[in-house]
Amino acid sequence: MSLPHLTDPAGRYRAMRLIRSFEELALEWVRSGLVVGGTHPYIGQEAVAVGVCAALDPADQLTSTHRGHGHVLAKGADPGRLLAELLGRVGGLNGGRGGSMHAADFSLGILGANGIVGAGAPIAVGSAWAAQQRGEPTVVASFFGDGALNQGVLLEALNLASIWRAPVVFVCENNGYATTLPAAAAVGGSACGRAAAFGIPAETVDGMDVEAVRAAAERAVQRARAGGGPSFLECLTYRFEAHHTMERRFRLSYRTAAEVASWRERDPLATGLPEAARIDREVAELLSAAAEFALASAEPDPATATDHLYASGLRPRSGAAL
Amino acid sequence: MTLLSYAKAMNRALSDALEADPAVCVFGEDVGAGLAGLTPGLQRRFGAGRVVDVPLSEQAFTSAGIGAALNGMRPVIELQIPSLLFLVFEQLANQAHKFPLMTGGQARVPLTVVVPGSGSRSGWAGQHSDHPYGLFAHVGIKTLAPATPTDAYGLLSSAIADDDPVVLFAPAGALAVREDVTAPLAPVPIGAARIHRAGTDVTVVAVGHLVHQAVAVAEELADEVSVEVLDPRTLYPLDRSALVESLRRTGRLVVVDDSNRFAGFAAEVLAVAAEECRLLAPPLRVTRPDGAVLPFAPALDRALQPGAEQLRDAVRAVLK
Repeated sequence: MSLPHLTDPAGRYRAMRLIRSFEELALEWVRSGLVVGGTHPYIGQEAVAVGVCAALDPADQLTSTHRGHGHVLAKGADPGRLLAELLGRVGGLNGGRGGSMHAADFSLGILGANGIVGAGAPIAVGSAWAAQQRGEPTVVASFFGDGALNQGVLLEALNLASIWRAPVVFVCENNGYATTLPAAAAVGGSACGRAAAFGIPAETVDGMDVEAVRAAAERAVQRARAGGGPSFLECLTYRFEAHHTMERRFRLSYRTAAEVASWRERDPLATGLPEAARIDREVAELLSAAAEFALASAEPDPATATDHLYASGLRPRSGAAL
Repeated sequence: MTLLSYAKAMNRALSDALEADPAVCVFGEDVGAGLAGLTPGLQRRFGAGRVVDVPLSEQAFTSAGIGAALNGMRPVIELQIPSLLFLVFEQLANQAHKFPLMTGGQARVPLTVVVPGSGSRSGWAGQHSDHPYGLFAHVGIKTLAPATPTDAYGLLSSAIADDDPVVLFAPAGALAVREDVTAPLAPVPIGAARIHRAGTDVTVVAVGHLVHQAVAVAEELADEVSVEVLDPRTLYPLDRSALVESLRRTGRLVVVDDSNRFAGFAAEVLAVAAEECRLLAPPLRVTRPDGAVLPFAPALDRALQPGAEQLRDAVRAVLK
């Protein structure tokens, strides 16, 4: 049983629109100062999250990145609770303890966005291994960017997944830049070449085309589910916005306006779906209710700042002198 | 009489935990062969799917342990040498420890890391001789350093049963200790100190293998001073009430700690004493030097470790 909200093209368009509109609202809230700390916008990359999640079942899991809102929403997280998380409110997915970079919803198999590049991949392998040991059919999708291709731990994770035949789909969102460093200047060899070196089937897909991503992800998920081990997808995509909302302050010029414009022409939301306008209206309503929920959610009590530090309930000593 | 060795005690703790709970598993290099002395026989008994030989990829298999823990397992990671902890500091400090809070209580990471042979093993030189428990205690990871076979069994059992990540340092200097075990082996609670020898004049807080040295020094000085030897066993969370009670009896403190002096574990014990007790004399520390790196030559290696003579001198000095 695949994710019920992503079973048809309209559902997938709705999810992409939700991510797009969510991100636009988040940008607005960052600019107005409502969201502190900023966010890493996913705008432009929606087809990857939605295409991959369309191939997953509800019980499947994912690990996400610092640019994680799209993955979290595509897997089905409540946009109101994600917005509340960005605001640091108690109604947030993580009770306001995680913020944009750590959004998680374990009830939906979302094992967390991660602030350390590449860190989610070996966690995904371990979770997949655990499911495999228990004979469960769980598949874990692990999202990461082109920047993570140069993290040693990612390569170690590919090796572990390969020797364990772990049911993991490694999803490289190659958006061309590791912050400001072009992939061409950073990645020796190729993304798929790295996976191939570990004996992992790899393919490059058009990350601006949700159906192309879905088709490739379905092949990978089926392989994993059938005991065929990990797969690697390189999704060629682009972020239309900055690396981080803070970038606006620095007037950076690491990409040309023409380059951004040429990718915007390939907007994944330009699907030509006949019911797009109706879906857009529905999403706008959904999001306005989500925003209302988030804004109405309470600020956390400062006295609870160390709650959840230990799962065992250990309470830390106070830092105050008296 | 059955003499139980430290390594055998840990082996039994692992074996009992694997037997009792199918969620327990072991990841480590050479754990099938049992090279580090902790795991012999376990793979044969429980299978290669539960006692897992892993490639030399400390960061990935430690993180995989985290992922498995997030998905219901209780992995025990064996790291053969303490310096590997530096490689996986990101995984333990920045991932495992932070997951429960960052997820608002959604996640728990019941992961145990065992380091058999921490500290100097004479001749293993700069990159194999660290004893970096202070780093983990500082970060807030539960940090254990059992001194005896029964404590090794008891603390390892409690670590595996704990819902948080725990690092257990088995000091190289304690691995040769054998104990005549009469009572059944049992879990030792995390966060409970143990008084190895009662005394009234000076409290010596000794960590890991140095407990045995401290007891020997205390016996040796028995005619001139009554030394209490307190083994915290758990460095974090520290049993502050046991420490404070002991210091109320003795009023004097020496800490002997085989890790670096600056911002080290001994400094925390002194700080607790200064904040919470009225001491009769300034407390003293016997440690490795600030920022120590152990040299290869045995005489140089020994020269940087806390020795019995330094401890004797310190005990006499706090009496003046």
